[in-house]
Amino acid sequence: MKSKNWLFAFRQSIPVMLGYIFLGFAFGLLIQNAGYSFVWAFLASVVIYAGSMQFVLVTMLTGGVSLLHAAIMTFFINGRHIFYGLSFVEKYKKMGKAYPYLVFSLTDETYSVLCGTKVPEGLDEKKVYFWISFLDQCYWVTGSVLGALIGQYITFDSTGIDFSMTALFVVIVVEQWQEKKAHSSAIIGAACGILFLLLLGPDRFILPALICAVGVLVIMRKRLNETVEEIGK
Amino acid sequence: MEVCYSLAIIGVVAVCTILTRALPFLIFGGKKEVPQLVQYLGKVLPPAIMTILVVYCLRGVSLLGGSHGLPELISVVVVAGLHIWKKNILLSIGIGTICYMMLVQMVFV
Repeated sequence: MKSKNWLFAFRQSIPVMLGYIFLGFAFGLLIQNAGYSFVWAFLASVVIYAGSMQFVLVTMLTGGVSLLHAAIMTFFINGRHIFYGLSFVEKYKKMGKAYPYLVFSLTDETYSVLCGTKVPEGLDEKKVYFWISFLDQCYWVTGSVLGALIGQYITFDSTGIDFSMTALFVVIVVEQWQEKKAHSSAIIGAACGILFLLLLGPDRFILPALICAVGVLVIMRKRLNETVEEIGK
Repeated sequence: MEVCYSLAIIGVVAVCTILTRALPFLIFGGKKEVPQLVQYLGKVLPPAIMTILVVYCLRGVSLLGGSHGLPELISVVVVAGLHIWKKNILLSIGIGTICYMMLVQMVFV
């Protein structure tokens, strides 16, 4: 039974593996170039574990910013995480011992994989969720350490490999679109995203877009509630 | 490189990141009954977040300059099309990524 939980989680986590190992690798290489050994890459990936934030971290370390500056930057870049938790509050409350780790490790990619995971009957949902989250972080840490250790010796042109993350999100959108009859939520998200991207530019649109999407969803609650049953679990 | 300074920065970033992830759970997680509104958001929010994340990934694309976003457009269509057709996550992501890498490395250089 135990191995079945693990195996199912492993299969679910494979799409993240490729992306995390390569992105982690890129981070490791970057921090190594800034004068930090693989130990630092390991430390950052274990305790921070946030993709884009860690890239910004390297520029902050070399730039010598203040602690307050670092804190504010983190809240701006990672503020979007608040919304992931919002949609998992109910589910995660039943997760027992794994609960703190599941909350800590809720990255964009883990969130989307968990959104797309339907645990088959007979498997333990808690364990599956834990293993998916944990394996994802293992990929990230492995990639970071490898990048810092051997990144400088590798000449393979990996330009564009980060598209695997975009592809992962596109796949989840397609799956959600196909299984749900109500598409308003996906459309509202896309509309808010594009609108604020055009208004505010690429660097600071995501938080306003998320807030706006939540606002629209709350306003449309009465209308959407009728279809909520179909919107799914 | 100052070890203490670097450790402090990493610590601050780590703590703030955990806070952003834990905030909703700290606010709503302890109560016995999660408010109706949050339950509702839990159901309708994920599809909206996923489309926003797609926009987020493509935020650097410039429609007016460079390759006019063609490599991204083509690859997204390939991923979505493959996924509708074959329903195999690995295949869709794998082929889509290879397609994108070839486009940006060989075609739209």
